[in-house]
Amino acid sequence: MKTEMALITENRQIAADTWKMVLKTTIASETGCGQFVQVQVPGYFLRRPISVCRVLDEEHLVLIYKVVGDGTARMAEMSAGESVDLFGPLGHGFPIEDRDVLLIGGGVGVPPLLETAARHIKAGHHVTAVLGFNDASGIILEQQFRELGCDVYTATMDGSAGTKGTVMDAIRQNDINEEYVLSCGPLPMLKAVSNAYQKGYVSLEARMACGMGACMGCVVKDNDGESLRVCKDGPVFAIGKVVL
Amino acid sequence: MDLSVKLPGLDLKNPVIPASGCAGYGRELAELYDLSRLGGIAIKSATPKERFGNPTPRIAETPMGMLNAIGLQNHGVDYIIKNELPFLAKYDTCVLANVAGAAEEDYIEVIEKMNDEPVISAFELNISCPNVKHGGIGLGTDPELAAHITRMAKAAAKKPVYVKLTPNVTSIVDIARAVEAAGADGLVMINTLLGMRIDLKSGQPVLANNTGGLSGPAIKPVAVRAVWQCAQAVSIPIIGVGGIARAEDVLEFLLAGADAVEVGAMNFVDPYICVRIIDDLERVLSKYGYTSVRDVIERRKLK
Repeated sequence: MKTEMALITENRQIAADTWKMVLKTTIASETGCGQFVQVQVPGYFLRRPISVCRVLDEEHLVLIYKVVGDGTARMAEMSAGESVDLFGPLGHGFPIEDRDVLLIGGGVGVPPLLETAARHIKAGHHVTAVLGFNDASGIILEQQFRELGCDVYTATMDGSAGTKGTVMDAIRQNDINEEYVLSCGPLPMLKAVSNAYQKGYVSLEARMACGMGACMGCVVKDNDGESLRVCKDGPVFAIGKVVL
Repeated sequence: MDLSVKLPGLDLKNPVIPASGCAGYGRELAELYDLSRLGGIAIKSATPKERFGNPTPRIAETPMGMLNAIGLQNHGVDYIIKNELPFLAKYDTCVLANVAGAAEEDYIEVIEKMNDEPVISAFELNISCPNVKHGGIGLGTDPELAAHITRMAKAAAKKPVYVKLTPNVTSIVDIARAVEAAGADGLVMINTLLGMRIDLKSGQPVLANNTGGLSGPAIKPVAVRAVWQCAQAVSIPIIGVGGIARAEDVLEFLLAGADAVEVGAMNFVDPYICVRIIDDLERVLSKYGYTSVRDVIERRKLK
């Protein structure tokens, strides 16, 4: 965990409202799957927490982010050759357990699952990925999961690609019977995943300030009523641990 | 250069203190730098019992600042004494224990429990939190109530008591005078300004609490003004806080009448901000012709 000026080597749109930024930074060497970084966007006060999509090597990270407001819009305007102030790696990511895994991702929750897939495949495990999007124009990383060797299934809410409906519909339609799940995506999806599976982990998103556990801005409650910080105790939590 | 400054109970090696609520109990910052570098640390508010705080979202960004509505989340004074203070005892830095509550008895209970903790250098009475329904700002916006709680706290405390003031009042000087007369050893000012943001898509407030406290560089001129006004009205020392982002800002607060400073929201932007400011302070003081922090304090002349 440190701050560093990272060099942008690539920053381009890859799908509707979705951008890919590649950064040259030594933070890459410390980053695990499911962790995130805080990006200082010029002209904006608070850093933007962005999950790490891929650790390319010891000094290159890939971030995939959605333009949701003024800050991320400004981030999308940055060019290769510019530097950006990065803080990370932050939080607890996905564990690599000695078993095959079903990855369930939704929208901009898909990116951190790519590095997670890569590490499981490298460890010799079979990886099934079910990826959900609103429509075909929002589909990202499908091909990259295939190239890693994952079995990939896609769902879109409007049926413009893959199964029409949610990731849960795609899992039913394709008779996917894996028991152990790692998931990241919108809250309704995480709730559905937590209802359907007992074993595995979900990664949460939250508005945060410090990103390192000091400010208590991003807390959630566990089932005993104890508070947990999404940024520091998470963003990845065991299924059933946190009240969603 | 000698950056040290002496305030009641606070023998600071430099005037820089992370503000309460912005550094937890130091554990996170300690992963990044040696807390002994700090003049002091103002720890997160303690209340008698555990408080979960407000619902989320608790954070909203603003131009050059942010809103927060955390709501004094903490594990309660007993937990803090048992689990947090021993960690801080490892460091050579002054600890300001921020004390909060819903009623007078709450403040007294926390003070009495923390009184004999050697790691605590002084108390910081939080009568200025804008994010709780009871206590907090309600006690800090009325001179008589503020004086009363200060008197009670002073009677209970075995360590110096600093009172943290809210800017959300018609006359902060009246409050400052009242708590000085009630025996306060010093002032900490300012707490956050009450603010609000509305999400254009939903048409609803961004914060679940609707309103929150504005902090960050956006409020610095308000804080400098408040310190300047109060410094002329009281003779007890003032710890200035509000939007400090660089060593130049520290000098500005010292010139306004502060004897030390707290750094708040900028810790979230740059977690190394306090040590960066400390490292740069000598250069800035020299640039403007000062030989030490005490030199600024002795030579400043407020018009």
